[in-house]
Amino acid sequence: MKDFKKGLRLGVPIGLGYLSVSFAFGILAVSKGLLWWQAVIISMTTVTSAGQLAAVDIMTAPFRYAEMLLSQFTINIRYSFMSVSLSQKASAEFTGIKRWLLGFFMTDEIFAVASTQKEVSSKLFSGLAVMPYLGWTTGTLLGSILGNVLPQIVMNALNVAIYGMFIAIVVPDAKKSIKLLTVVALSIGISFAFYYIPALKAVSSGITVCICAITAALFGALIFPIKEDNGDE
Amino acid sequence: MNDKGFWIYLLILCGSTYLIRAIPFAAARKKITNTFIRSFLHYIPYTVLAAMTFPAALYATDNVISAAAGLAVGMIFALLGKGLTTVAVVSCLGVFITDLIVSSPL
Repeated sequence: MKDFKKGLRLGVPIGLGYLSVSFAFGILAVSKGLLWWQAVIISMTTVTSAGQLAAVDIMTAPFRYAEMLLSQFTINIRYSFMSVSLSQKASAEFTGIKRWLLGFFMTDEIFAVASTQKEVSSKLFSGLAVMPYLGWTTGTLLGSILGNVLPQIVMNALNVAIYGMFIAIVVPDAKKSIKLLTVVALSIGISFAFYYIPALKAVSSGITVCICAITAALFGALIFPIKEDNGDE
Repeated sequence: MNDKGFWIYLLILCGSTYLIRAIPFAAARKKITNTFIRSFLHYIPYTVLAAMTFPAALYATDNVISAAAGLAVGMIFALLGKGLTTVAVVSCLGVFITDLIVSSPL
């Protein structure tokens, strides 16, 4: 129970951030011709940002099933790496059916916050998933029904909540380790290249993140291998 | 969109997203001992977050100035060791206040 509560608390900032992101998703989905309940069902069953955005675009025309599958695969392949990464921190009881059930909630942010823990029990992970899931589905519901009710200046401010959280995860650890700082800087450098070099700009954001993250992490593993298994040096 | 088309799309969407997450999670049962793979997996969370944040976060608001200000405020609080919620909230406030100043007629 202690673990569950701890997870619940850790999930609050994610839930807040999701509320605003999924609010925007709800507005967008309806503007593309989906019904409000369709947008909500998509969020309830899928729980991913980039993948859902791509999906509602594809859904505007019929019979693009192969394209749907292909785009989801490329955008979401990063989750496979995260799942393997987090499996290394899963506690001894967190196996089998628990992994099949809770693996559903492996979002970028839940993964990132879980990764900050020394060990991840199934209770902690369950608690961690609650607020983000509520935030994601509620935000979609509100966005798809209410549309643009919040003043733009408030929406604007909420849009950076998720990124603020990312910064809070990466910065303290990068401050402690020049190796990690180098690896992170490399990832950001490649990401900038994809954003600003015209020939690379056409690559979808899901694939870009994959390329940046894998290249930089490979570089880190080659040049700055981590000796012990405590996870931080 | 007709109803049948929606459900087929939905099934492909949520099915593929779920499997891509759950299969590796359930399958990776052993502790990995190989230093190279361990190190790679150690760096992955950070490199994913870094690539997702920059430069996308700079364009998350209506103007780059308020986004940059919000992120800078967040960065300062993160360097001071503040928690996730605090940093997320002050980043939002940083954007909000900057937008107020930028858009004010003075």
